[in-house]
Amino acid sequence: MSVPQLLVHDHKDNVGVVVIEGLKAGTNMLCVITEDNSDFHLTSKHDVPIGHKVALVDLKVGDTVIKYGQDIGKVVAPIARGEHVHVHNLKTKRW
Amino acid sequence: MSNTNQKIWAYRRENSRVGVRNYVAILPVDDISNAACEAVANNIKGTIALPHAYGRLQFGEDLELHFRTMIGTGANPNVAACIVIGIEPGWTQRIVEGIAKTGKPVAGFWIEGNGDIATIAAASRKAKEFVHATSGQVRVECDISELWVAAKCGESDTTTGLASCPTVGNMYDKLVPAGLYGCFGETSELTGAEHLAAARAVSPEIRDKFMKTWQSYQDDVIEAHKTSDLSESQPTKGNIAGGLTTIEEKALGNLEKIGKKVKFIDVLEPAEAPARGPGLYFMDTSSAAAECCTLQAAAGYVIHIFPTGQGNVIGNPIMPVIKVTGNPRTVRLMPEHIDVDVSGVVRREMTIDQAGDALIDCIAHTANGRLTAAEALGHVEFVMTKLYRSA
Repeated sequence: MSVPQLLVHDHKDNVGVVVIEGLKAGTNMLCVITEDNSDFHLTSKHDVPIGHKVALVDLKVGDTVIKYGQDIGKVVAPIARGEHVHVHNLKTKRW
Repeated sequence: MSNTNQKIWAYRRENSRVGVRNYVAILPVDDISNAACEAVANNIKGTIALPHAYGRLQFGEDLELHFRTMIGTGANPNVAACIVIGIEPGWTQRIVEGIAKTGKPVAGFWIEGNGDIATIAAASRKAKEFVHATSGQVRVECDISELWVAAKCGESDTTTGLASCPTVGNMYDKLVPAGLYGCFGETSELTGAEHLAAARAVSPEIRDKFMKTWQSYQDDVIEAHKTSDLSESQPTKGNIAGGLTTIEEKALGNLEKIGKKVKFIDVLEPAEAPARGPGLYFMDTSSAAAECCTLQAAAGYVIHIFPTGQGNVIGNPIMPVIKVTGNPRTVRLMPEHIDVDVSGVVRREMTIDQAGDALIDCIAHTANGRLTAAEALGHVEFVMTKLYRSA
């Protein structure tokens, strides 16, 4: 298998994690779902640092972001498929 | 057969516990005895002083935790013998007596009425005796599953949950059924995954004990003192730089450390020694690395596994800390801090099963005496947990 640019934990997830350095906007990413090693492709809309998240679907304010098949917080600014997801558009539902 | 039944060469202590290091520790009861302890450690080679910031005017549960941490540190099987120095005899003797229950050589000295110089002289003579009595001890063959191995992650990022924490989990899934004592903690950092952690308790009784402990940390520590949404504290600035956005996301990655199968069999107070036999334990700890490691060492754990994403450099004076990372950037930028490189997992070149085996091999080498990166680099962070202000 070629080296993937994006890893997704679970089929229910709506974000994945960039696992290479220097990912550029416009990259057609090989994405692997670690749960079963299935794969798909997605184009990154931003330059995204290693370890940071990319949306797999369009997300609107108030949506729940799912990772590990679990709730990791709420969307606070609209996010399009392929865009960078981080503190500017995702917030905790705790404290 | 995997490598879970391999033999290690370690020190069999008087109480039959297995140690992997052979320190003569010079332990201060209180902050004002640090100078004397450091002087003794300077005088007598082969000893190690454990200076810390507390031990005066503490009371109630906070004082009990202080004694538990001091006695547990001296009692740890990685310590062959221990000198205790305090300002006065009462609390000094209480710690000496606690450590003496292990059967190891221990002696107490106090400064009031003697002064630093006479105390240092007397303690140095005894320390030299202890060095000669213990430094020639020969390692004996033990089972790897006789070890007590704790875990805590730090400077986590999203690769922690993808690679390094599942590696630790895989190790626990393999070694705990063979008889290993495991330990995870970080009460506040399970927030967002507390329901999943609770589901891994061995019984409804332990599940309730866990949820009570977690809720109490929320109510008494976080809610009582917070002035914001804890942005930049949980997750930390380093976590955020590494791509972690929320506490829920961090917690879910953290919990990967306990594997997929093993259940935890008890909930421990900070620094409390496990007493229900082999198995995985949860300990109520802060998520700050040095505090958590110090408490786990005081509970009797002899090796620590520390998965890191962005590159936490933590060590401990008496317990070897093994660093595991799955972040290829951290491997590239900070290789001298990494003992087990599992970045192949994110490249899909290494399975979690292979990563777990690599970690088990590193545990065996470390148990046999190989210095960890943190040991070679001189990391000896010893940080007491304090529950509230002194009287």
